[in-house]
Amino acid sequence: MALNAKTPEGPLKDKWQNYLDKTNIVNPANRKKIDIIVVGGGLSGGGAAASLAELGYNVKTFFFQDSARRSHSVAAQGGVNAAKNYKNDGDSIYRMFYDTIKGGDYRSRESNVYRMAECSVDLIDHMTAQGVPFGREYSGYLSNRSFGGVLVSRTFYARGQTGQQLLLATYQAMMKQVKQGTLTQYSRHEILDIVVVEGKARGVIVRDLVTGKIERHSAHAVVLGTGGFGKIFYLSTLAMNSNGSATWRAHKKGAYFANPSWTQIHPTALPQAGEHQSKLTLMSESLRNDGRIWVPKKKDDNREPGDIPTEDRDYYLERRYPAFGNLVPRDVASRAAKERMDAGHGVGPLKNAVYLDFKTAIAKLGVDTIKERYGNLFTMYRKITNIDAYKEPMKISPAAHFSMGGLWVDYELQTTIPGLYAVGEANFADHGANRLGANSLLQASVDGNFILPNTISNYLSNEIRTGKISTDTPEFDEAEKAVKDQVEKLLSIKGTMPVDQIHRRLGKVMFKEVAMSRNEKGMLWAIEEIKKLRKEFWENAAIPGDDKGPNSELEKAGRLADYLEIAELMAVDALSRKESCGAHFREEYQTEDGEAVRDDKNYMYSAAWEWMQGKDWKLHKEELEFNDIEVKTRSYK
Amino acid sequence: MKLTLKIWRQDNAKAKGKLVTYKLSDLSADMSFLEMLDMLNEELAIKGERTVEFDHDCREGICGQCSLVVNGQAHGPEQHYTTCQTHLRSFSDGDTLTIEPFRANSFPVIRDLKVDRTSMDHIIQAGGYISSFTGIAPEANTVPIHHDISESAFDSAACIGCGACVATCKNSSAALFLSAKVAHLAKLPQGKVERAERVVFMVNAHDDEGFGSCTNTGACAMVCPQEVQLIDITRMNYEYNRSLTTVEG
Ligand SMILES: Cc1cc2nc3c(=O)[nH]c(=O)nc-3n(C[C@H](O)[C@H](O)[C@H](O)COP(=O)(O)OP(=O)(O)OC[C@H]3O[C@@H](n4cnc5c(N)ncnc54)[C@H](O)[C@@H]3O)c2cc1C
Ligand code: SF4
Ligand code: FES
Repeated sequence: MALNAKTPEGPLKDKWQNYLDKTNIVNPANRKKIDIIVVGGGLSGGGAAASLAELGYNVKTFFFQDSARRSHSVAAQGGVNAAKNYKNDGDSIYRMFYDTIKGGDYRSRESNVYRMAECSVDLIDHMTAQGVPFGREYSGYLSNRSFGGVLVSRTFYARGQTGQQLLLATYQAMMKQVKQGTLTQYSRHEILDIVVVEGKARGVIVRDLVTGKIERHSAHAVVLGTGGFGKIFYLSTLAMNSNGSATWRAHKKGAYFANPSWTQIHPTALPQAGEHQSKLTLMSESLRNDGRIWVPKKKDDNREPGDIPTEDRDYYLERRYPAFGNLVPRDVASRAAKERMDAGHGVGPLKNAVYLDFKTAIAKLGVDTIKERYGNLFTMYRKITNIDAYKEPMKISPAAHFSMGGLWVDYELQTTIPGLYAVGEANFADHGANRLGANSLLQASVDGNFILPNTISNYLSNEIRTGKISTDTPEFDEAEKAVKDQVEKLLSIKGTMPVDQIHRRLGKVMFKEVAMSRNEKGMLWAIEEIKKLRKEFWENAAIPGDDKGPNSELEKAGRLADYLEIAELMAVDALSRKESCGAHFREEYQTEDGEAVRDDKNYMYSAAWEWMQGKDWKLHKEELEFNDIEVKTRSYK
Repeated sequence: MKLTLKIWRQDNAKAKGKLVTYKLSDLSADMSFLEMLDMLNEELAIKGERTVEFDHDCREGICGQCSLVVNGQAHGPEQHYTTCQTHLRSFSDGDTLTIEPFRANSFPVIRDLKVDRTSMDHIIQAGGYISSFTGIAPEANTVPIHHDISESAFDSAACIGCGACVATCKNSSAALFLSAKVAHLAKLPQGKVERAERVVFMVNAHDDEGFGSCTNTGACAMVCPQEVQLIDITRMNYEYNRSLTTVEG
């Protein structure tokens, strides 16, 4: 199938309005005849569920936590971008578009990115009206901070808990619709398959995580807002139960998966302390506003940070990138940290960290200001490490964080399966090869609240005469059987290798070869290792218990089974792209001083992969055109 | 280090539960409490035994999914920590830890240490929101909000909905949780329009869900990981009384 992005006609700045002017909408009286399944209660899925329910559709929402308020969006700390230009520092929708395209290293779709910037303005209004207590100036007006990769101040924040506050507003909007009866919640439910009938997405197969029952649910359209799959690295900043299963099952039913290997490795997470570690806590990028990153100039310098005088410190970001300094984009900051650590300048007991130091900022602004800006982050740091970061520098390290890749979607956020939509981190849109900080809460929220409700109606306007979708069809039978067979197969392995241990080993392989720095030999090796692990998993995974009730090991095993397939596609994708762009840094393609070399002639496309029934994948290219921005070498010097 | 764990095992809400003893060695003080349970579960899985079910997700103190009562204290021994933020350095080598689920009538046990907290969702459904619709909002800077009022609203809004306050309260009251939402919205100009109905609906839902009444003991605020303040309960009572005497809402 040829990819059609369905970008609307007209000049860039008019496209979205042109689309809205012409798109088909559903008569309010007909909306209650239409069922929509939304998977995911995060900012994207939750926003979509609430907004669609407000419009009067019958919406069912599914998520695996016990309440939508716990979806992983809750963990986002730093902020959300919007082109309000409240600071009078020259910001505009175009500038935000420009920064995002450049930050993504010219590997995203112009029309989508412009629309995201356009909608950002309304999002702040929307969230404020819902009661989000954004940070404010003493005048009472909204305050902003800066994030990496830009020269303006456009990030709105609610202390270091921005994601939580946006999510709670979204969750509350959902609860309002639950009370009104247009939204039905299925908490502690996990999607295990998408049902496609006559080429259209018509429902899902889910497992009730409390009773263990496998259920069928039908709808006229299905929306996936299931978040990112960065947990594939085992150690990541994601929540423990984040997974790639819903999108992966959709992929196996025909949805193309785009740019799967583009993973953002975040520069400021806590370093791994030991083998038992289960997660790497993020320290928000906003800390780089006031914190300075450095390592000792001397290799293996074992002095306490306070004993190392300024002349023995290497503020390597300020040195290498004087224009942006500590605020270079994430991919650049992570790679620079890796370079220093590999060269023997890492700090901490495992030499796997660099310093993030607030001394200069505290001297200048006072402890109180730093407390108000980042208080909860410093507290979090102390709770985990037992170290007071007001007194000594934090130790930070790069960690897997965000999936730029995801299901391929067109301008309407529809996947290659008609009637199946993907929103938020689950899709591949907007961020190109590297996401700018604070753009993701934005993308998830505008996808769910403003974009999807307006595009899905174009599809649903043809469904008003369809009537209820039956779940009593061969397609549902078949999908349910496949799910039940897999559960049975997993429980019959009865091996001796705990699921987490296999996951950890997969994570190590991926972090070594398919993360910050990649080369052909390493990735070929990784593919072989992934295959071995997959074999070992299916032969020897230890999955005790049964399927008659809650069984966390079974849940984890199902997710790992999918990760073991996604991992291979990530490596295949990274191998096929013989250039360096954004987070995708191929060692074969770099300048003498270690900067990325992009190949626009041959690789100016998004790679959308088609599942070929387990026998390799087929590549479809969405060629990218840049008419409204000059394509340049990305430089933060 | 070595620890002895006495863990509550219960098949489902109707089954009878009991404490089962497990011994773990080779633990390290910088391990998190939940990583210790991961380790135990790996050992059980290798032996083919059903693992211990417990709730968790973000493991950084913000999602509110983790629960647990350790030696009688909700979220463990450290004040204002969540269970997932608790590390083994808070215990001594050789300690015995009793690990139980959050206990309250409104939190039925699902299995082992997992409990059902949908009763808290029901409180929010009753009115814990501003009834504005997507698309309706005015420009955000139209209404300036005093810095301190916004910060104070944040203090209340920070609640992660974990339910530790309920598990700690001798009356199993959710007053702190409920009042945090009432206070968050009542403090902000956007939330003032519906403040009278909101508090009444939410308080009624709280009582209907079987949560007990608040008798001002204050144990909840001692454990609350977000340090939600008791004054929010006072604020809620004020809002409630006010709603009985005002018509404007
Ligand atoms: C620690 C951290 C900090 C961050 N900070 C920022 C920041 O400051 N600014 C910013 O812009 N971005 C930030 N991000 C990124 C941003 O938070 C996420 O990209 C965004 O919130 C994703 O939202 P979402 O709605 O797409 O998915 P999520 O919020 O992850 O929600 C996924 C939902 O899908 C459900 N789900 C998943 N799989 C299944 C399944 N198989 N069956 C049923 N349900 C399923 C889950 O239950 C959940 O409800 C951060 C990310 C992390 C990890
Ligand atoms: S008030 Fe505190 S203890 Fe109670 S639910 Fe909220 S965060 Fe948890
Ligand atoms: S696991 Fe999220 S708060 Fe503990």
